[in-house]
Amino acid sequence: MSVLPYLVAAWLLLVGCYGMVTSRNLVHLIVCLSVTQSSTYILLLAVGYKAGAKPPIFFEVPVGTRAVDPIVQALTLTDIVVSLAVSALLLALTVQAHKRSGSLDPSSLTILKG
Amino acid sequence: MQALPPLIVAVPLLAAVILAAAGKRLARRVLDSVALGVSGAVIVMSLVLLHETLGGTSVYWFGGWHASGHVALGVSFTVDTFGAGVAVFASVLIFFAFLFSWHYFETVGDLYHVLVLVFLSAMLGMGLTGDLFNLFVFFELLSVSAIALAGYRVEESQPLQGALNFAITNTLAALLILTGIALLYARTGALNLAQIGRVLGQQTPDGLVIAAFTLLVAGFFIKAAIVPFHFWLADAYGSAPTPVCLVMSGVMSELGLYAMARLYWSVFQEGFSPHLAALRSVLIVTGVITAVAGGLMCFAQHHLKRQLAFATVAHGGLYLIGLGFLTRIGLGAVAVYAVADGLVKASLFVCSGILLSRRSSVDELNLYGRGRDLKVTALLVLAGALALAGLPPFGTFVGKTLIEEEAGVVGWGWLSLVYAGVSMLTAAATLRAGARIFLGWGPRPTSQTFASDPFTEQAAEEDEGTPETSGEGKRTPLVMVTSAAGLLLLSLLAGLSGGLAHGVESASARFADAGYYRAVVLSSGHHAAPVVHRASSALTSGIPAAALSVAGAFILSGLGLYRERLPSGLRAASLRFASRPLHVLRTLHSGHVGDYVAWLMLGTALLGAAFARALI
Repeated sequence: MSVLPYLVAAWLLLVGCYGMVTSRNLVHLIVCLSVTQSSTYILLLAVGYKAGAKPPIFFEVPVGTRAVDPIVQALTLTDIVVSLAVSALLLALTVQAHKRSGSLDPSSLTILKG
Repeated sequence: MQALPPLIVAVPLLAAVILAAAGKRLARRVLDSVALGVSGAVIVMSLVLLHETLGGTSVYWFGGWHASGHVALGVSFTVDTFGAGVAVFASVLIFFAFLFSWHYFETVGDLYHVLVLVFLSAMLGMGLTGDLFNLFVFFELLSVSAIALAGYRVEESQPLQGALNFAITNTLAALLILTGIALLYARTGALNLAQIGRVLGQQTPDGLVIAAFTLLVAGFFIKAAIVPFHFWLADAYGSAPTPVCLVMSGVMSELGLYAMARLYWSVFQEGFSPHLAALRSVLIVTGVITAVAGGLMCFAQHHLKRQLAFATVAHGGLYLIGLGFLTRIGLGAVAVYAVADGLVKASLFVCSGILLSRRSSVDELNLYGRGRDLKVTALLVLAGALALAGLPPFGTFVGKTLIEEEAGVVGWGWLSLVYAGVSMLTAAATLRAGARIFLGWGPRPTSQTFASDPFTEQAAEEDEGTPETSGEGKRTPLVMVTSAAGLLLLSLLAGLSGGLAHGVESASARFADAGYYRAVVLSSGHHAAPVVHRASSALTSGIPAAALSVAGAFILSGLGLYRERLPSGLRAASLRFASRPLHVLRTLHSGHVGDYVAWLMLGTALLGAAFARALI
């Protein structure tokens, strides 16, 4: 099993967080958050991957056929749905922020501090 | 009642769906009544469940997929006394939130009730679940509904900022947790807590397990607002509608620590047991830092809701210290303290809501002397502040004393000073605010005080905007006062009931016994619950500490009020000593979400390094 998917997952997590820290635009920031979230998809799929195995569809196949792990795929799907809800909510808040202040810079949204 | 656990989660969820579909056509009072009825029903069901768990932990397998041959196949709800206790606690607070909302909101859309009910069912699910991924899903559901509630008055800029910061940091929390889950699944091939624990219990922890532990703990620390993961909390609680704050501060933050404790005791404890002392010091030090930073920030605020938000952070640190002993007695003591303290904070949030409703402000200086005629509220705030300080016989006193006794047993006896000091700070902040608002004590604040005072916020920028409520001039509705008084009374009862202490003893023994937990989940049949024999503590040892923090709170609040009357040399010295670090601390709370994410990354890295050092 190659180590590459794990490296990609770690890279996506870090680069997404870097983008969020330095972001000057809320939409950009939310896209960065989606990038970090996609690192978990890759990690989950990599965990369940088996070289040379079939998809986990157990219909008219002999018992004992090697298949990739279906559980992580289910987890990934759940994760995608959850991320979708969060992104929608965040973008809705962003639209409101833009309506209110005419700006998308997170620095303009720092009324509460200290 | 085999199906009771899933039913408890399903009832509010179903009610939410029905209200979402029909809400537009229903009158406001119908919505309120349905919501109150549902949360009342959940309280009753949770109490029945709590009663059933007193005999031992029970398991519900979804779809009848029972464990077979010590392997968990399906998803389970594993219900023990603490889980059921979380359900009771959450539903009671939600009930009070609905009760308080009855008169609080002028107008409130039908979606408010829907969101609060979803919020409730997510908390119930987090309390009852026995499956790691299921826990993650409820965690996310909790976050999303809470974010929507925090930003409920989305047309204003404060709730908007609070909700955005809340959403981004808590989504990152979920992401860290999910990464941790993936790593644990890669190692053990299991998602059921008992099953993961069974595999990990036979191994010595290596880098992968420690990384997974770090990610999971960091994620739950973000929810529990442990320093340096706490920044979002003050922004969100400071701007969320007050009835929602009541629940968030009372139980949502604690759920993060509950999840951490659940994971540690069911999954990691055996593998980590050779390094218990080192792990203990990491958790305790983190808790101390959180408690002290939160307490100082709390004292430095004059926005009442932000003050209570930082009190939540500070007391979260105190819970973490108690959990950090990693003993079952510490665990039980924290459970008592967290419930009693959560009720007190909820009651204080109700009082701040009463002020907002009657006087359209939650700013201590702005409200100066304007609460003179709110006598009942004043008394409630006083009682709440004393309960925060741990005055006997409130439950906070019992919990704190039990924790302090256990601190002595594990060799960290000096921590009782931290407990006294931090609860002194949070109580002093409340007392000072109360004296200013209800008695008009201290100098009348001028615009200059706002500008020159290093102990208060730099600018008087926090105009409330359009108030979420307006009842100026009218009498305080009886329901509001009763909610605050009822919450305090429950906290008092928690302190007075001696039977509770014994129930908590055996409950924490079951919670902390991984072997018992595993046997119940993975093999069918009856299992003997762990037996506890311990002479119940007389609690007298806690009286000096309680006296210290109550007296200290009065002195400190007096100092906050009458700083000008100190001799000038002393005043200059106190300014030099206190204002600089406090200024740095305040500057760190920048309100910029990028900064928060940076802190979060740094915190995770530090936590990982500390755990690696402790566990290898």
